[in-house]
Amino acid sequence: MGLRKLVDKMKPTFSEGGKLGFLASTFDAFETFLFVPNTTTKRGAHIRDCNDIKRTMSVVILALLPAFFFGCYWAGAQVGLAGVNAFFYGLVRVLPMVAVSYIVGLTIEIIYAQIRREEVAEGYLVTGLLIPMIMPVSTPLWMVALGVAFAVVFGKEVFGGTGMNIFNPALVARAFVFFAFTPQMSGEKVWTSDWSMMGVTAEGIDAATGATALEQLSTTGAMEWSAMDAFLGFIPGSFGETSTLCILIGAAILLFTGIASWRTMLSVFAGGLALGYLFQVCGVGEWAEIPAYYHVLVGGFAFGAVFMATDPVTSAQTNTGKYIVGFMTGALAVLVRVVNPAYPEGMMLAILFMNALAPTIDYFVVEANISRRKKLIKK
Amino acid sequence: MSNLKNVTGPLSANNPIIVQILGICSALAVTVKLEPAFVMGLSVMVVTAFANLVMSLLRNGIPSRIRIIVQLVVIAALVILVDQVLKAFVYDVSKQLSVYVGLIITNCIIMGRVEAYALGNKPWASFLDGIGNGLGYMAILVIIAFFRELFGSGSLFGIKVIPESFYEAGYSNVGIMLFPPMALIIVGVIIWVHRSFNKDLQEK
Repeated sequence: MGLRKLVDKMKPTFSEGGKLGFLASTFDAFETFLFVPNTTTKRGAHIRDCNDIKRTMSVVILALLPAFFFGCYWAGAQVGLAGVNAFFYGLVRVLPMVAVSYIVGLTIEIIYAQIRREEVAEGYLVTGLLIPMIMPVSTPLWMVALGVAFAVVFGKEVFGGTGMNIFNPALVARAFVFFAFTPQMSGEKVWTSDWSMMGVTAEGIDAATGATALEQLSTTGAMEWSAMDAFLGFIPGSFGETSTLCILIGAAILLFTGIASWRTMLSVFAGGLALGYLFQVCGVGEWAEIPAYYHVLVGGFAFGAVFMATDPVTSAQTNTGKYIVGFMTGALAVLVRVVNPAYPEGMMLAILFMNALAPTIDYFVVEANISRRKKLIKK
Repeated sequence: MSNLKNVTGPLSANNPIIVQILGICSALAVTVKLEPAFVMGLSVMVVTAFANLVMSLLRNGIPSRIRIIVQLVVIAALVILVDQVLKAFVYDVSKQLSVYVGLIITNCIIMGRVEAYALGNKPWASFLDGIGNGLGYMAILVIIAFFRELFGSGSLFGIKVIPESFYEAGYSNVGIMLFPPMALIIVGVIIWVHRSFNKDLQEK
């Protein structure tokens, strides 16, 4: 292994006391990225086993790939390309956004790790891919960069870094960009790519623009696509969120490897469907009376439920807490969608809100358990 | 010489907003634009200074059981005066500030300085203490409003400073700057920067 030897040779220079000792964290980050380290995680909110956090993150990345690849294909197919061409168009279109997300995010993380003399945390590997996937495909790059910088500094580092954050950093980025640049993040033009290349013309792009399924449903109570289209992902929306099918494949990977909590995932869907059904039965207005399962198929509901609500850091830690937080996340998302006309998408706000409540719910779950067991002693 | 400290102290080391964490509510409410923030800071400075002066003059004549109600009467009278002056001379700004001029009465800084300083010190020192705290408050308000107006509206004191060519190149105003939560984050950043320069203020 030539690479191993090279890394070993460079190591003394970058260790404490070496010539470039102040870059120790940066070097360590690249070394553990290339090779499985011999040490295991010592601190942070994790179960300590032989599975290094970097491997966990790699599995999450793997689970994201089906939705990512579908997003690439759909970005091209939306503007009139077909097959492999469509896929490459989408890939080329979205790569700058992914690159900006990783470069800005990792730079800030590395600077912080150096200042604090800590290891560079792995958390950003997943966040960096999540952020482009929950943005509209034509979001300007500087907005992505600003959102990423805000999320990493104010969503994560001020709380103490990876494992300490209260809010999901990827959603903090999305929320920041949404509220900072509302006109650029909603409407009809943003959901399709705006690049004329590979035979895509400006007219073709114009023809493809349109409101998202969620916006159509919220204004008219119906959408121009079938439920099957929405399930497969042939609807406008943020880059990676449209295909419920691909997201479910990702969910299967996460559940099979035991990385995401099935309790959270299941209860988010249950909460959304339950309130959606309640609105369907006794709702007022056309928007409230759409079939309950539409809520799961359109917008970011499935993506949020599978990849965001299950975040082990920001979600509830107790099993009962996971059921409660999950159910309330799903219900709240549907509630915001139906009741609040200003935000057709409720999933982002629902997850962020429940992130804030999760520690409190955990606290009461633990307290209830303590008092239940105290009663047993008295008997 | 010691009186001068009453003015310079609250500007940084003992700042009412970023060290004592008082008067946050109005700092979030009136800082969307520089002009109202500036006028608000000036009004608070005048009220704090004269409330301190009056209460310091009265301090030996008031039974301590009724001192709060006396303070309220003095502060309320001063705030009404300021409100009338603003309405007479800068009506537009007074409109923008709306209820927040009246709410100066409830500003913790004023009551805090009267209770903590004016009731136990001589009039001139108390007056300077009021000026200093008012200036410290105004300084933070102006800093917050500078960033909020520059990035939220692309202007300073109502004059466009970000050139049209920026907008044509794809730049856009940061809408979130107009919301109060962003002002709170800016206050947090100011505290962060301030404490990293003043190590003795850092909590262990």
